[in-house]
Amino acid sequence: MNLILKVWRQKNASSEGRLVTYEAKGVSPDMSFLEMLDVVNEGLILKGEDPIAFDHDCREGICGMCSLMIKGCAHGPERGMASCELHMRSFKDGDTLTIEPFRAKLFPVVKDLVVDRSAFDRIMAAGGYVSVNTGSAVEANTLLVPKEKSELAMDAAACIGCGACVAACPNASAMLFVSAKISQYALLPQGDPERRKRVLSMRRAMDEEGFGNCSNEAECEAVCPKEIKLSNIARLNWEFLRASLLSKE
Amino acid sequence: MILNSKVPEGLLEKKWDNHRFNLKLVNPANKRKFEILVVGTGLAGSSAAASLAELGYSVKVFCLQDSPRRAHSIAAQGGINAAKNYPNDGDSIYRLFYDTIKGGDFRAREANVYRLAQVSNAIIDHCVALGVPFAREYGGTLANRSFGGAQVSRTFYARGQTGQQLLLGAYSALMRQVASGRAQVFPRREMLDVVVVDGVARGITVRNLVTGALESHVGHAVLLCTGGYGNVFYLSTNAANSNVTATWRAHKRGAFFANPCFTQIHPTCIPMSGDYQSKLTLMSESLRNDGRVWVPKKKGDLRPPNQIPGEERDYYLERKYPSFGNLVPRDVASRAAKQMIDEGLGVGPTGLAVYLDFADAVKRLGVDVIREKYANLFDMYYHITGEDPYKVPMRIYPAVHYTMGGLWVDYNLMTTIPGLFCLGEANFSDHGANRLGASALMQGLADGYFIVPYTLGDYLAGSNWGKVEVAHPAFKESEKAVSEQTKKILSIRGKRTPTDFHKQLGLLLWNQCGMSRSEKGLKEVLTKIPQIREEFWKNVTITGEEGEFNQVLEKAGRVADYLEFAELLVRDALHRKESCGGHFREEYQTPDNEAKRDDANFCYVAAWEFKGLGKEPLLHKEPLQFESVHLTQRNYQ
Ligand SMILES: Cc1cc2nc3c(=O)[nH]c(=O)nc-3n(C[C@H](O)[C@H](O)[C@H](O)COP(=O)(O)OP(=O)(O)OC[C@H]3O[C@@H](n4cnc5c(N)ncnc54)[C@H](O)[C@@H]3O)c2cc1C
Ligand code: FES
Repeated sequence: MNLILKVWRQKNASSEGRLVTYEAKGVSPDMSFLEMLDVVNEGLILKGEDPIAFDHDCREGICGMCSLMIKGCAHGPERGMASCELHMRSFKDGDTLTIEPFRAKLFPVVKDLVVDRSAFDRIMAAGGYVSVNTGSAVEANTLLVPKEKSELAMDAAACIGCGACVAACPNASAMLFVSAKISQYALLPQGDPERRKRVLSMRRAMDEEGFGNCSNEAECEAVCPKEIKLSNIARLNWEFLRASLLSKE
Repeated sequence: MILNSKVPEGLLEKKWDNHRFNLKLVNPANKRKFEILVVGTGLAGSSAAASLAELGYSVKVFCLQDSPRRAHSIAAQGGINAAKNYPNDGDSIYRLFYDTIKGGDFRAREANVYRLAQVSNAIIDHCVALGVPFAREYGGTLANRSFGGAQVSRTFYARGQTGQQLLLGAYSALMRQVASGRAQVFPRREMLDVVVVDGVARGITVRNLVTGALESHVGHAVLLCTGGYGNVFYLSTNAANSNVTATWRAHKRGAFFANPCFTQIHPTCIPMSGDYQSKLTLMSESLRNDGRVWVPKKKGDLRPPNQIPGEERDYYLERKYPSFGNLVPRDVASRAAKQMIDEGLGVGPTGLAVYLDFADAVKRLGVDVIREKYANLFDMYYHITGEDPYKVPMRIYPAVHYTMGGLWVDYNLMTTIPGLFCLGEANFSDHGANRLGASALMQGLADGYFIVPYTLGDYLAGSNWGKVEVAHPAFKESEKAVSEQTKKILSIRGKRTPTDFHKQLGLLLWNQCGMSRSEKGLKEVLTKIPQIREEFWKNVTITGEEGEFNQVLEKAGRVADYLEFAELLVRDALHRKESCGGHFREEYQTPDNEAKRDDANFCYVAAWEFKGLGKEPLLHKEPLQFESVHLTQRNYQ
């Protein structure tokens, strides 16, 4: 099939960007979306033109590198998939596809479709961990975790930190991302000792970075490649409230 | 140079304990003054960086991705081994050690492997403490499953995302150290050279991938945790950024490269669909717990799989290896698939696939149990192929997956360049000629959490430290060499893309140096690689400039290194006139087509010394002594 691509091109963080039109010809439905871009890029290089820069690594939906807005939707039109998991069989011959970087003030463009998501690392450094040094752990099975709890914790822990939630949110909120980490630890006994401190500190870091607040638009849940649930945000709010009240004691 | 493996004296069981007692310690107050450079943030790098910073060292960490959390380890699916023996099925440290030595076809160092098995349990304890959500039983205890090459259930897992959860655990520990100020992360950096001052590794030269600027970093030790080189084959299950550059450039500075021909081909990957294919996706080995591998008995049977009745199917692994069945080690399963396909029994549109069928397991356990165990893998398969594995069998084919070879290290994980350590998949140390499933994660974390924190201290405490700064001529020389190579590549402006050269090299290696290798084929490849390399340096084309974010330039540098490294890989394969593990030489096989080792002549680690490009590298042999296990022909029947 043949497609028209309208791709965001921007030389670097400080220059202006614009949409440039390219043709993608002879695309196979079995190609992944990124393989389609590879083919376009090989053509551009041979013409001496700068290929389209985009982030990718694992190409199987787990590393969180890929970060494309496809047809205005973070990670494209299919549910529960990262950009790299999308295959061309999801599109039709003759389609026009707009391809942009994840759009959010706090994810500045590095080049073309590549953005800077280091704000997420800073939020994690604010408390997204259990403070235990190597060597000091107790025997693993002395810590019993009910299966249902551990499954729920795993649902939240599956977050790949791609930032689609922020890109999709009208408020550019990072609540889904933060709530996934908070939930994982809130559900597990290991997270308990630092429970209050963690939620207060990660929330504060999120606000200080300038991420917006949640107004229940649920756009984040709709685009999340790992289908992280909105109920995690409810848990975050509850944990935050509880910690705020208790910290006044 | 005499290779000294520094394996401690004494009983196998006591070596690591004795060694730890004998290692020198660094005064806690002095640790802060030592700058440690950790390259790579996979399981090995993140766990090492976090543990060293916890001890008080000043740690700088570098990675290619925009965040340390995205390293290739994130993609590991199936699980991590440990000798906990929770299922009470007969496991022990000795059994894990034995299975790993045997699985590696008796080409690994006994002492290293025993230590690995010894620390395996502490890894699980630590990961649980960090909040890794491992799978659990209803009573709240940890769950286990089986992996190939073992008859006990010793694999811990977090659905099909074990690598992700372990890496996020190590990453969280690292971020805690970043918050404490003891660790500093430099993302989007590519290490392009090791700086050696007076024979000792004292720093690295890195390229800032965003600005294109070269940076020098000085340290008291450098830890390479840069992963494996499977991507030399172009198509593999590795992430796109996995590469050989860091280890190859260290090799050119004097670090010996060990057993480069020991590469692992994984039996269960999604087959290729076209020439645009950019990677192959693994379907975890854990699937062989419940999936049954088969091909039609009749050649050219084009019926859909569900219409082929049981008696017309050949469950060839169960037939050939009744005691291990579908859970034979990877090299055995891959070769068996190749045999079936070579005999014309392959399935699917290309004929380059066999079936992995879950119908019986779904019948036996119900679809919900299967979903709970494997949902993300089944989804992944569905996304890629458009077929639903709950209903039709998966089509699978072997693909390059892991590299057992790597930089030679001694028992302390130090390379032949003093001060340069190598951890994780990047070193050669523990898996011999074939790695067992769920053992790479174990090794990466063992190296980082529990081995290097001890052995590095011994090195630091035992050295006299002169002051070295970035103004030192060695740093200037290194920067100059890197920058000259970049300028040279950019100036060619030829007609072929770096990817095009990479594909050509990869296909050549896959055909002649992949699942089976012969003297004739290898010799042919050895003459072809220099030709491709020569053409590369005349005819590659790169767009853009040095001082900017430039992915084509990054790629070109890595392909240039593959074109040099591949020659060493093939040379090693040619020199090893035996079959063992993943290295199968057609000339050396048993009557029933199994790998035939030659212990009299090849029971050694081949460590290669770089002698200049286009010159023959020098082979050093580290003899392997087996004091505890008895060398036998592997038998999984
Ligand atoms: C799909 C898949 C599934 C797997 N599943 C399992 C499993 O279930 N169980 C198991 O035990 N093993 C598994 N493995 C193997 C295992 O994942 C790897 O061997 C292991 O994760 C390697 O870890 P590492 O820390 O050594 O390196 P990696 O995780 O590869 O990390 C390398 C790091 O080095 C950095 N780097 C590389 N070059 C440079 C450079 N020049 N400059 C700066 N930084 C650099 C990268 O950015 C990255 O941070 C799997 C492998 C694959 C491909
Ligand atoms: S490239 Fe890794 S998630 Fe898309």
